[in-house]
Parts: sequence; structure tokens; C-alpha cells
Amino acid sequence: MIALYQSKKWIFVSFLIALVLILPVFVMLIDGISVQANLFSHLWQTVLPTYLENTLLLAFFVVSLALVFGVISAGLISYTNIAFKNQLRWLLLLPLAMPAYLIAYIYTDLLDYAGPIQRALRSWFALQSPNDYWFFDIRSLAGAAIMLALVLFPYIYMLTRGAFEQQDQNLLRASRLLGLSAKQSFFKVALPLARPAIAIAASLVLMETLADFATVQYFAVNTLTTAIYDTWLGYGDLATANALASILMLLIAFVVLAEQRTRAGIRHQSIRPNTNKELIQLSFTGQIFASVFCWLLVLLGFFLPFILLIVMAIEYSDVEQLSSLIEAGFNSIKISVIAATLTVIIALLFGLFQRLHAHKYAHIPQYISGFGYAIPGTVLAMAIMTTFGPLDHWLNDFAAMIGLPTPGLILSGSLFAIIFAFVVRFSAVANGTIHSAIENIPSSLDYAPASLGLGLSKSLTRVHLPLLKPAIVVAWLLVFVEAMKELPAVLLLRPFNFETLSSQIYQMISDERLEQGALGAILIVLFGLLPVVLLNRHKDK
Amino acid sequence: MPITLCTCLGAIFERSTAMLNKILICLLLTLSFISAASEEVNVYSYRQPFLVSPLFDQFTEKTGIKVNVVFAKKGMSERLAREGKYSPADVLLTTDISRLIELRDKGLVQAVNSPILNEAIPAHYQAKDKTWFALTTRVRNIYSAKRLGKIDINYEDLADEKYKGRVCTRSGKHPYTIALVASMIGEHGEIYTIDWLKKVKSNLARKPQGSDRGQVQAIHQNLCDISLGNSYYFGKMLEDKKQKKWADEVYINFPNQNNRGAHINISGVAMAKYSPNVANARALMEFLVSEPAQQLYAQTNMEYPVRKGVEVSPLVASWGSYKADDLPLETIAKHRKLALMLIDKSQFDL
Repeated sequence: MIALYQSKKWIFVSFLIALVLILPVFVMLIDGISVQANLFSHLWQTVLPTYLENTLLLAFFVVSLALVFGVISAGLISYTNIAFKNQLRWLLLLPLAMPAYLIAYIYTDLLDYAGPIQRALRSWFALQSPNDYWFFDIRSLAGAAIMLALVLFPYIYMLTRGAFEQQDQNLLRASRLLGLSAKQSFFKVALPLARPAIAIAASLVLMETLADFATVQYFAVNTLTTAIYDTWLGYGDLATANALASILMLLIAFVVLAEQRTRAGIRHQSIRPNTNKELIQLSFTGQIFASVFCWLLVLLGFFLPFILLIVMAIEYSDVEQLSSLIEAGFNSIKISVIAATLTVIIALLFGLFQRLHAHKYAHIPQYISGFGYAIPGTVLAMAIMTTFGPLDHWLNDFAAMIGLPTPGLILSGSLFAIIFAFVVRFSAVANGTIHSAIENIPSSLDYAPASLGLGLSKSLTRVHLPLLKPAIVVAWLLVFVEAMKELPAVLLLRPFNFETLSSQIYQMISDERLEQGALGAILIVLFGLLPVVLLNRHKDK
Repeated sequence: MPITLCTCLGAIFERSTAMLNKILICLLLTLSFISAASEEVNVYSYRQPFLVSPLFDQFTEKTGIKVNVVFAKKGMSERLAREGKYSPADVLLTTDISRLIELRDKGLVQAVNSPILNEAIPAHYQAKDKTWFALTTRVRNIYSAKRLGKIDINYEDLADEKYKGRVCTRSGKHPYTIALVASMIGEHGEIYTIDWLKKVKSNLARKPQGSDRGQVQAIHQNLCDISLGNSYYFGKMLEDKKQKKWADEVYINFPNQNNRGAHINISGVAMAKYSPNVANARALMEFLVSEPAQQLYAQTNMEYPVRKGVEVSPLVASWGSYKADDLPLETIAKHRKLALMLIDKSQFDL
């Protein structure tokens, strides 16, 4: 492809930002090289193989389950005449608003031995002790996988549905003319065409799973993240922790790369999302199965836990908590809005840079900036401190040298650090969404404005950005919701007297007292809902 | 690296270095004004907000010094180390002896020579070099189901076959568990301890998980009969609407009363090495061992105050007095790493 626009500044800024974003990752890698061989071998001989096995199993189960949940529901909504389609369309997004650690806690309460369900079973069947019967143990690897999949599948659903809806219907019509049934053309044409979007979403789910700590810890499932925390906090050896985190990151990079390889050269571009598409007509039983499937996802991923939260709040909360909650809520919103805005701007910069410059290395900024998502929040937080600490020292030394009062830790000890962590961590989310939308814009549209003599900025503001608007909104909202839920970076990097909703709730959960934090949890979920509602509104226009 | 960054920024905006310097100085000036503030003291706390906030409020009321707090259980020492000489931290509060000693060993704290502290705190609950001070003590209790009747129990008995499948505990890697294992190493040595760990592990009703309160809940659920837990949680649970029924099902036992005594851990305080507000920091530390503060610790947190003559809360008093293990706290901290390795070796958490 020919490079259309050559803006030196853009190249420079893109690479510079990418470099700054990747800096903490470098710091982590470099730190990881000085790993202590004997601690590593001690871990390897004792617990690491089990951790590794658990990690791989968890990742496999979560991604598979989320794919089943997400792709099937997206297919049903986009290509069949499922009942209550307009409602389900956005209801299926709701679980996104649920933090995984929250849903884990709530379901444990419900399904545990002392929970209402097992109690009811025992009284019906006159059972006495846990040895008398078998019941699904929620605090297990399978339990953790289900919990994570229930709140992460909306990523896959959302991006896949987006891909389905953008598909050029002429291709499907052509396949029908060639003798395929509506169902066959879905499986043979629509689904393969959506593969890039599905792959991006699946890699988001994968990274989110591997970086999760709170859920697996609550369920006592030991994974690589456990090992990272142990080596660092238990053995006080950050280098080995960083080495483990690097392994984790390389593992993810490998999977993502491998997936990209297998679909190299596959491209699908369209701006003709045809509303006039042919739907698969479900039979009566098909209709029932499809409905039960989708409604169960909505119910289990959102309504059931949300209602239980409300019940807890009514029973345990008092009005006194409200003022501190409002402050924490305001803090959460503040950092999330800033982080979401920055992340999306950067993603646009990278995405459009790659597209319009068509340079051999133009994909690099976007690509490398995505790695942050795979790093557990706490490790990233440490890396950020290691990165900006020296910079702060340099600033202070400089100030002292020229006789000014020292400003203190303005980078590593302020909100800057948290926001930076969010941008690094959630770049992958925004990049993924915006990248797949940019891919969907036909290349001809890059050339058209140029051939009409429009400059770069006009081409962007008149052609590309308007076309990308839905993706921009989606990306912004996704990052916003993620940032609202984020926990480890906030816990570690926050300045004095700074609480967010997530840090408050975590405090309660770690004491088995979620009941008293229920009000705050409801707030997080409600704020998380806001984007979903807005998203829906936006689509309807 | 920073220099390159700034040069880069300069290049972007095509400004001269002179201009850049001016901008930088302006920035620093503004920031300096922001950071200049009134009387305050900055606390990094491992302790939870609801435990210490009332204390800080009282301190501010009494002295007019504002207390700024960051709460974090993880990564505090790394944060301090990386902040180095520009760290804003004055006072460090921890919930475990090992953390305190880790801070000292990393050179992150300074000695405080305060007659008030020295006098208020018993000698074995403060560092010889005055780098750390205990504020409260807590016992690692063994909770037992009431259905077992009153029992007399030692930590060693957790490995007894008669409790097969009936023992619950939180993660082996939690600081409280590690400290207990370290004290076992101090008492019995490494070989005994690994064997003990393996036997306790085989007695567990389920994989180590949850908090100390969660174990009592498990006893309430009849999943197990015996669990490990800190003393003050019992009081906290009795005060909690939902958790009271869990606590009602258990006895709180002080282990090893016929021999060395119960394992003790402390919550403590230290002054950060580069504390910018030394005077205020010392004032806060001294306040925390004052009678009203110690009383508050005792009353609201149900901990055992270190200051002699301060009464424990009536509820705590009702559990009776106990004999404490006199193994030096420094010994427990010394065995910490070995304890952790043994826990991994016995695959305690798997």
C-alpha cells in the first residue's frame, strides 16, 4: 500500500508515546533479568508446576466459555429472529459492569455450604453433613472460570456483534445465491468474516484472566499471579516476581502473535452495514433454546448478583456511609474519565497512524502499547514506581540545585501515576476496538479525499473520525468501565487520603464483610451501567 | 533517560532549551507552592482505615496536626524504597512484626529516641535500636466448635490425627500464618516444623482460603471443627449482625497454656527514614501509646494494648487471661523466610 500522508511529527509523537507507555514494561523485563536462580528453582521444585497448570487450565476454560457465551449470543442477536431482540441486544452487555471479584463473592455466598441453595437442598432431602451429597464447589478452578467468563463474555459478544453488524450483506447474499441455506451462510461466511474481531476480543479476555488476582485469590486457586505475589511480598524478591510477570507476558504475546499469523492476509472492509439482512428463522424449540441461553446469561451475569447486592444493602447499609461513598465515587469517576479520554486519543493516534502511513513498522506503536494489559496491575504499579521514581528524584534534585523548594513526588506519588497505569493497562482495550473499526473502513476512502486534494486533517475530520465515531464511543466506555473496576494499581499508587469505590469494597471483601460495602458495590455497578445505557442510546440513533 | 525525554519534548514543540528551562522552572515553582502546607503528618498504613481512623481523628482534635493516610497492605516497603529521600511518608503502621523488621532491614526507618515511647512500651515489645515499637499485641488463637466441648489445645495438636479433615485455616502465606510457622521453627526447629506442616495439611478440611473470620464461618457450617484466628476477630464478629451467629458457635482458646504459651504478634509503628515532619511524626507515635489512644485500641479494636495499666475491653477480658510465648519477636522475624519456604515445600496451599 502506498503511504498517503507523511507527517514526521506524527511518526515522532506516535513512537514517543508508545515508548513512554512501554517504558514500565521494559523496566520490568530488565529487573526480571537479575532473577535469583535459587529462589526460582525452589519455586520450580515446589509449587510452580501446579501454578502453571492452573494458569493454563483457567485461561483455557475462561476463554472457551466466554467464546461460547459471546459468539453464540452475538450470532443469535445479529442473525436470527430471536424474541425480545432489541432488549437482549443491550441486556447482554450488562455483566460488563460487574467486577469479577464482586460476582465471585456473591455467588460464593449463595452456593456455599451455608448458602440458601445448599440449605434448601439439605432440608428437602434430609441430609446432614457435606459428606452426604455432592454439590458443585464454587471455590474451585471451575468456579473461578465460570465467574470470570460470566463477566468477561460481553467483550466477545460486543465486538463480535459489532463485526456481524458491519458485514457486507452482499457477500451473504452471494453465498445464498450459490445455494447455501441461511444457516450455512452464517457459518461459512459471516462467522469466518468476524474472526479478527473475535480474536481481538478473545485476547482481551485472555489477558484479563491472566492478570486477575482478586478472584483467584478469593477462590484459593493458585495461579502464576499467585506466584508473582508470593515471590514479591513473601520472599521480598521483586526481581523474581518481575521475571515471572515477564514470562506471563511473553506467554500472552506468543498466543496473540500465533493467532495473528494464522489470519494474516485476511481482510474484510465494509461501510455498508446493511440493515436489510436476511435472518435465520428459528423453529419453536430453537427459539426456546436461544431465549433461555441469552436470558440465562443476562440473569446469571447481572440480575441475580445485582439483586442480591440490593438485598444486602437494604439489610446492612446505613446512610452514614453515603458521604464517604460519594467522595470515593467522585474520585473513581475523575480518574476513569481522564484515563478513558487519554487512552482513546492515543489509540486513535496509533490506529490512524498505522493506517495512513502504511509504513512497514507503522503497526509497532499500537502493537507494543497493548502489552500493558497482560501485566497484573500490581506488578505494573511497581514498574511505574520504578520508572517515575528516578524522574521525580531528578526533578527534585534540579529544583534543589537552582534553589527552589522541592516539589515532592509529582509523578510517582500523585494521581498521574494511577492514570498512567490505567492508560498503559487499558490501551489494549481501546486499541483493539478502534483498530478493528479502522480495518473495516475501505482503503478507497483513504484515497478518495486525497485524490480530491484534501489534506490530512480534513481527511481525518471529515471522513475517518465520523466513520469511527461508534468505535470511539465504545472504546471510551470500555476503558471507563474497566478503570472504575480497577483495583491493584489504585491500591498501590494512590496518594494520601484517596479512596476509590473499588478500594473501599476490596477492603470489605477481604474481611468477609461485603454486606457493609454493598452500597458502594451497587454504585460501582450503576456507574458501570451508565456506559451500557449510553452505548445503547448511541446505537439507536 | 529523563534528559532525553525532555529534549524530545523540546524537539516536538520546537522550542529552544532556554525556553524549556523557563517552563520547567515555572512548573516547579507552582508545584512547590501547592506542596507547601500547614502542620501535617503523613502515614503509610498496613492497617485498615476503620481501625485507625478514629485514632487519627482524636490526634488531630488534640494537636491540630492533620493526618494524611495511604492505606495499603501490599508493596508499601517497595514504594518507600523507590521514593527514597523525597518520600513524603513520616509514620509507618504495620500489622505484623515481620513487616516492621523488613522495613528496618531495608534501611527505610530511623531510630526514635523518645522517653515517652520507651517508658510506655515493655522492653520486649520495642526494638533495642529504637527502630520499631509495638502498639498492640494479638494472640494467634485456636477457635473450636462448641460441639467439641471445652478443649485444651496446643498448636502442635493441629497435626493430631483425631482432627483429620476437621481443621480450617487461611492461606499459609498470610503474614499471620507465616509468623506462627516461624515461631514453630524457633521452638522445635526446621525438621519438626516441616513434618508438622505436612500433618496439619493432611488434616485440613479444605484448601487454605479466605480470612480468619471465614474459618469461623466454616465451623458454623460444620465444614470443620478447629481453626486458627487472631483474637480480636472474635470480638469483631460478635459485633457484626451477620457474623455473630458464626462466633456464637465457637470457643476461643488460648493455645499452649500448659507449656510455652500462646503465639503473639504485634501491630507496630516506625518512623520513616526520610520523614519530612519529624516532630509531628514523633508526636503521633507518642500519642498512639498514650492512655486514651491505647484505650481506644482496646475498646474499638479489641486488641491487647501494650501500655501497662490500660484495661482490655470487658468482652476481651471475659475470654480470660493467658500466658504468652516469650520467644523474642526478632527471632520470629528471622525465621520468616525459612517458614515461607517450608510452607511451599509442604505444598500447604495447594
